[in-house]
Amino acid sequence: MTKKVVAAMSGGVDSSVAAARLVDQGYDVVGVHLALAKVKGHAGGKGCCTLDDARDARRVADRLGIAFYIWDVSEEFQQEVIENFISEYAQGRTPNPCVRCNEKIKFQAVLERSLALGFDAVATGHYAQIFETPNGPTLHRAIDSKKDQSYVLSVLNQEQLSHTILPLGNSVKPDIRKEAEERGLITAAKPDSHDICFIPDGDTAGFLHNKLGQEPGKIVDAETGEELGKHDGVFEFTIGQRKGLYLEKPRPDRSPRYVVGTDTKSKTVMVGLASMLRVDVVTATNLIWCGPIPDSQFDCTAQVRAHSNALKAKAFHKDGNLTVEFLEPLNGLAPGQTIALYDNTRVIGSGTVVTTSRS
Amino acid sequence: MTYLDHAATTPMLAEAIAALSAELAQVGNPSSLHASGRRARKVVEESREKIAAAIGARPIEVIFTGGGTESNNLAVKGLYWAARKKDINKKRILVSAVEHHAVLDPVMWLGEHEEATVEILPVDNYGRVLPETLRKAFEKNPHDVALVSVMWANNEVGTIQPIAELVKIAHEYKTVFHSDAVQAVGCLEVHFQNTGLDALTITGHKVGGPQGVGALIAKRDLELTPLLHGGGQERDVRSGTLDAPAIAGFAAAITTAVSQRVARANRLSLLRKDLIQKVQENVPDAVLNGDPENRLPGNVHFSFKGCEGDALLMLLDAQGIECSTGSACSAGIPQPSYVLIAMGKDETTARSSLRFSFGSTSTHDDVDSVIQVLPAIVERAKRAGKTMVKK
Repeated sequence: MTKKVVAAMSGGVDSSVAAARLVDQGYDVVGVHLALAKVKGHAGGKGCCTLDDARDARRVADRLGIAFYIWDVSEEFQQEVIENFISEYAQGRTPNPCVRCNEKIKFQAVLERSLALGFDAVATGHYAQIFETPNGPTLHRAIDSKKDQSYVLSVLNQEQLSHTILPLGNSVKPDIRKEAEERGLITAAKPDSHDICFIPDGDTAGFLHNKLGQEPGKIVDAETGEELGKHDGVFEFTIGQRKGLYLEKPRPDRSPRYVVGTDTKSKTVMVGLASMLRVDVVTATNLIWCGPIPDSQFDCTAQVRAHSNALKAKAFHKDGNLTVEFLEPLNGLAPGQTIALYDNTRVIGSGTVVTTSRS
Repeated sequence: MTYLDHAATTPMLAEAIAALSAELAQVGNPSSLHASGRRARKVVEESREKIAAAIGARPIEVIFTGGGTESNNLAVKGLYWAARKKDINKKRILVSAVEHHAVLDPVMWLGEHEEATVEILPVDNYGRVLPETLRKAFEKNPHDVALVSVMWANNEVGTIQPIAELVKIAHEYKTVFHSDAVQAVGCLEVHFQNTGLDALTITGHKVGGPQGVGALIAKRDLELTPLLHGGGQERDVRSGTLDAPAIAGFAAAITTAVSQRVARANRLSLLRKDLIQKVQENVPDAVLNGDPENRLPGNVHFSFKGCEGDALLMLLDAQGIECSTGSACSAGIPQPSYVLIAMGKDETTARSSLRFSFGSTSTHDDVDSVIQVLPAIVERAKRAGKTMVKK
């Protein structure tokens, strides 16, 4: 029987081409635009959930001759992504909302709803690849290393992967744009989105201020405890940050200082030299395996940001707790970030960073 | 294809297509003074007379507009401004809780921008405004009401309002009364003069005419402040070149619809009875909304426990069955029905409903097509309903 697929269509070029490819491949495709925020009246910002984007997605669906609906997931998105984002920052952690959205919205709420409605899979325009193996599906990096989004999908388990189709993983972005143009899709020339969709102006600190209010505290030297300045809220600071500290006293040798830690209880921001940022032991929880469960100890590469390099490491896991020892230290890693583990191009799994230290 | 969304729009009648097409090939602005203009004007005036006859009004009382929404805006804003011009204290607008957005939103807008005091008249469990509710609202202050607006029959649940009684009460308090009758014309007897209404909204595409043309029927001496200024074509109340082809199509449609009203209403109410009965047999926990008897003949409206209306709609659409959740917004994001909430239903129920509406092309085969797939679809939608994260 023909497989029935929900193509999640954001109104961008990638998900447009993904849907088009599925139609070509003979799937029974229904386009669904996820309304992540309740939009009233005219489209305002350039976020991923404006009326403009819904219209673009609809016009692509028209062009492809597929049914198109808008699904309201704004409540789920508010609860699971936006409020989680705010509360994580309030607790001094640095969350990745895109990872969270994939984990809780696209590949949970939407996937479960799709399956219950009789669909076989959900497809998105993410750049990553899924390969079927005798041990179930596995997640791999896209062939376009610049666009690779396997990191933000590293929270999908095999059950979710078995109902996921990623039609773009074997293409490079310039070819996707060309293909969109050749297919006559109106989204062909749309710019890529980079910002957090619910903070379209990119001012995360301003957004958090708005939500959390002022929480003034001290900025202190991490080594001496000496007070060096004041701040309006711990949540404004992320480990590794250098700009925006406005310290009153420079170091005698003028060497730059960075945020090396925050304490939400005492509302204190600790600053120190670059060398203090360097860590090589990371613990994490919230483990998710994207393929077969690995041995309790294994060699891998580990990636801590969407587009950073994966670094060589040894991983140990036991009872849902993960410890990663990097062979070379890395800079500025904050609790709350996602750490994704790779075996060459294959994503082994991921966890949420709890602590970092220097061995 | 099983089209059961005639309350959204219904196919154009052959008479309307003929009248509209004939006029499309002609030249002439109805306001021009030469022969071509006079010819076009003749078409418009004949159409005006036909529409007036169909609706129990005088031709002079027909003001052509661009459709139901414009007519409602003209009535609500035009009557409010005119009332306040005469008496600055007339600030209160009485409006039923189940009005279409095309009435509610201009009323709310007047509240936000023009100092109006908006008073929403509550409805009973069937969605009806009880006469004593209106009387009580007047008694709070008999002298400050600018206008009353209550629809003839509800677009979602089909409930018919006791318009004649409500009009009588408003007139006791010397207040003008407007009614949106877009769903009622052609299904129910709508007689402008007999009900004593001051203003009445009708539209072309709900009676088998073209979209984009409608009329506000307004008493000759009714004071209305215009919304659209320009050539003053319609009694100086509405400006804009008259759309002779659309008006001719509208007149042909309403004439046909009204002349065949009794037979069609009887036929549609049999379809309605058939569908209601079969839904209740096949989906025992489905709940019929609205007045079981006193409702639009073509309206069937159910809540399906544990389902989301939009999931049902999508699954039916995939089977070639077209219906509606009864509410929509600009982005197509489903909202819980404020009509059902006003009728005392909870938000979950208000999200779980479907409207099937019959029209001129509907048959018992349509009913059977729905019943063939509905039970399985309801089961499926129930499973899907459970997956969504809910507080």
